[in-house]
Amino acid sequence: MSAPVQAAAPLPPLPGHGGTGEPVLQVRDLVKHFPVMSRGVIRRRVGDVHAVCGVSFDLHENETLGLVGESGSGKTTTSRTVLGLEKATSGQVVYRGRELTGLSRRQMRPLRRELQIVFQDPYASLDPRITVHEIVAEPLRIHGRYGPGARDEVRELLRLVGLNPEHGNRFAHEFSGGQRQRIGIARALALRPKVVVLDEPVSALDVSIQAGVLNLLMDLQSELGLSFLFVAHDLSVMRHVAGRVAVMYLGHLVEIAPARELFARPAHPYTQALVSAIPLPDPRKERARKRITVQGDVPSPIRPPSGCRFRTRCPKFAHQLTESERTSCVEQVPELIDRGGGNPVACHYAETVQLL
Amino acid sequence: MTDIQAPGSPGTEVPRSENEFTVKQRSQTQLILRRFLRHRAAMISLAVFLLILLWAFIGPHLWHYSYQKYTPDNSQAPSAKHPFGTNSSGYDSYAQVMRGTQTSLKIAILTALGSTLLGAVWGAIAGFYRGIVDAVMMRITDLVLTLPLFAIALVISSRTGGDWYWIAIVIAGLTWAYVSRVVRSTVLSLREKEFVEAARALGASDVRIIFRHLLPNSLGPIIVNATVLVATGILTETALSFLGFGVQPPDTSLGLLVSQAQTAVTTRPWLFYIPGAFIIAIALTINFIGDGLRDAFDPRQQRVRQ
Amino acid sequence: MTTTSSEGVRAGAANDAVLEVDGLGVEFPTEDGIVRAVRGVGYSLGRGESLGIVGESGAGKSVTAMAVMGLLPATAKVRGSVRFEGTELLGLPDGRLSDIRGKGIAMIFQDPMTSLNPVYTVGFQIAETLQRHHPDLKARDARTRAVELLGTVGIPSPERRVDNYPHELSGGMRQRVVIAIAMANDPDVIIADEPTTALDVTVQAQILDALETARAETGAALVLITHDLGVVAGHTDRVAVMYAGRIVETGSVEDIFYTPRMPYTLGLLGSLPRLDREEERLTPITGSPPSLLNLPPGCPFSPRCPMRRDVCDSDEPPLRPAGRDSHLSACHFAEELVDTGAEQVFDTAGADSEALARFADATSTGQPEEDSL
Repeated sequence: MSAPVQAAAPLPPLPGHGGTGEPVLQVRDLVKHFPVMSRGVIRRRVGDVHAVCGVSFDLHENETLGLVGESGSGKTTTSRTVLGLEKATSGQVVYRGRELTGLSRRQMRPLRRELQIVFQDPYASLDPRITVHEIVAEPLRIHGRYGPGARDEVRELLRLVGLNPEHGNRFAHEFSGGQRQRIGIARALALRPKVVVLDEPVSALDVSIQAGVLNLLMDLQSELGLSFLFVAHDLSVMRHVAGRVAVMYLGHLVEIAPARELFARPAHPYTQALVSAIPLPDPRKERARKRITVQGDVPSPIRPPSGCRFRTRCPKFAHQLTESERTSCVEQVPELIDRGGGNPVACHYAETVQLL
Repeated sequence: MTDIQAPGSPGTEVPRSENEFTVKQRSQTQLILRRFLRHRAAMISLAVFLLILLWAFIGPHLWHYSYQKYTPDNSQAPSAKHPFGTNSSGYDSYAQVMRGTQTSLKIAILTALGSTLLGAVWGAIAGFYRGIVDAVMMRITDLVLTLPLFAIALVISSRTGGDWYWIAIVIAGLTWAYVSRVVRSTVLSLREKEFVEAARALGASDVRIIFRHLLPNSLGPIIVNATVLVATGILTETALSFLGFGVQPPDTSLGLLVSQAQTAVTTRPWLFYIPGAFIIAIALTINFIGDGLRDAFDPRQQRVRQ
Repeated sequence: MTTTSSEGVRAGAANDAVLEVDGLGVEFPTEDGIVRAVRGVGYSLGRGESLGIVGESGAGKSVTAMAVMGLLPATAKVRGSVRFEGTELLGLPDGRLSDIRGKGIAMIFQDPMTSLNPVYTVGFQIAETLQRHHPDLKARDARTRAVELLGTVGIPSPERRVDNYPHELSGGMRQRVVIAIAMANDPDVIIADEPTTALDVTVQAQILDALETARAETGAALVLITHDLGVVAGHTDRVAVMYAGRIVETGSVEDIFYTPRMPYTLGLLGSLPRLDREEERLTPITGSPPSLLNLPPGCPFSPRCPMRRDVCDSDEPPLRPAGRDSHLSACHFAEELVDTGAEQVFDTAGADSEALARFADATSTGQPEEDSL
């Protein structure tokens, strides 16, 4: 059962990324490509989907790091690759000084107790054929912890997430979406993990239900000292739950900052466009707002644009930059570094703007 | 307070504490059962089939003639004393048909169980691992499917001496491939579901994922196929026995009875037509039950209500 | 339970209404009984006005729109009245209805692929719509107009895109094409049913802009159906909040957002995390919306309502004035909500605090430390 011990020294922290406390999970230059196969009898690899391209971040103790982006940004792939559910093409994932990339499933198994995940779809992520008690007990069984007293432990877990423990003998379909998501959370907590990846945990829920699940997650984190990697496309939710937010676009991290600063003074044109695009549920403010809008749709991740991947939609590139300034956008991939605004941002011409 | 209010019971007071349960839906099992119960042909068939089953297994204990005992009456037409008549050696045909039905059903059911078990596990493993494993396992399946069932069955059963379970094993050994194909395709789609990924994220072993999650969720197609295999089993046994490679006397089966009666079709038609009618009845009812189950499990029939 | 027009949503000037819906009810017979998806919805839409219909899934928003358009399956039982420019639409033969669809009332659906035909170019489909209502329009002119329309809704190089098939376009582009088709015949009313739900936020913003352009061009009134309160805040004059098949509160966009008079609306606003302010705690509404099958008597929201009293379980409150002229609320105790915040009414429940404390305890002490780490 004991995995070979890797060099157990944490990596040096990333400069300027912020966050306090011990880094728990460190991700360095993570790359994940999916092969694109040709059709026909002999299937050849004709290209790659560049889902995640050199993403680096640290997740600290008792912190919620938000990973935000639109569809195709690679945020979900990042979270899956971090947990070893997808094999990384290259790069490092280090959990408390132990390298996870390259571990076999067997070696990974004891670490699964510490690293858990809550899925997006509360309907698809629970096995319809087993009772809720069994769903929550499954992690205990898998890790040989289902001993005497485990029944009570499961009941306690159900109570913890706000469900009636008497309902353990029911099946998942008897519950509403919000309740199912709570079951998924109870399952993830059963092994008392340190890090939980939340993959769009509330995006399938109606707002009135979503709020309850968000409150639950925030309570759990503050009381249990968990570290959350919170993946979502909804910036308002991010703003509410996350301490720091990392913005992804087409497989790149384009900006990372404490939530308050990111929303008050976004520096990357993409972040600015995202913040502008979120409608505020406040008629006067909503109608009086300044907006930065972008053109078109996200390009294909099979042939991403050269240089800065956002340039094809960037309002700054289109309207403000001179011809010579644009050359660096086309030719150089902007690094994610502090450009004077206080937080790392991957734009050659980053400027903070106040939008809210 | 664990009672859930069924959606169909108006006027029942919902306890306040249970308000979270207002989004009630029927369980999968209830839905399937309900649809099955509504399938008229399947329900009638099920009743007929169960009657035949009871008759074949309990009847011999109650009937005053044994299938192995001569009676003093030779070649008698059906009468109150011998409802299905007797044959030229004086055997009571009623006792023989009961025994024959029993043997045939045993063979058919064992065939269905055996081939379903093997086929389901085989298909689940192939579908779960995909890639090379899948390719190799499925080529083996294809190979089994191309084997001429009868030639093989004839060769093997001629060497094993006609015990009913050997016949069942031989037929199962050649029919599991159908099940494995069906299960494989079901598993291929199921393995992409998030609950399988969730199990993987918990560190579940492959064995656990296959047996705890994938197979139980493939139960629908498996059950439907198993039913159809019972019918296949009956018909194959009949054919084998008819050709003389199935059940051997002194034991008897429906196929053997028909075969023994073929010279008497015109002179003592009851000896031929009565076991023949039982074969047809069993095969037909099983097929209707299978139809009913398929309709009940078919997700396309499931209406999604907002 | 039929709501009469007198208590329905009124336009500023009653006689100027293009679309009047009155006491609309829709029932679907199912295996388990009758599902009453819409139970007495009434509103009237003035010329050029925009009305937002908000509510959670299953509230009956889409069914209402489909009923107005006459697009419900034949099994559905529709009651009440839908008048377009004075003409009653319910019960109108399909041919007559088709004349009004598109030219009088146009509809935009959530998924553009359901309204676009995959085997024809988008130009052909726009031209077809144009010629459906203007039979003497020449093919060349129809095409020119199609290119124009595509340009209006913000499709780059429309003269090339006009020959594309729907699958060659991105989701956002397709939705623009749908908007172009909707505005093609200069309708008086556009009904948009969750037009941006399937899209990314940056694209959503573009589509909403395109929709605004279409409205400005045609002067059409808009019924915008959405679950996103933010979208409604920015794009409609009036709002109707739906719950369990009924309108439970309606008023100007400011009435609804700043002085809600129905606990459901208040809870909905309180449960929204906001980009523009720091909220300590959200106020979820416990429970789930009721099943519309065998709905118990009384206010459908009462099982989830923290203000519930006995009367709520027996009498379903009608829509009645609550505050300013056109502000109506279906709550027995609407007056009590004056100057009340969501956090004063709703619980900010999260985890069960006792269980959480026990769990935290067990995690820090009782837990045998793992040897593997």
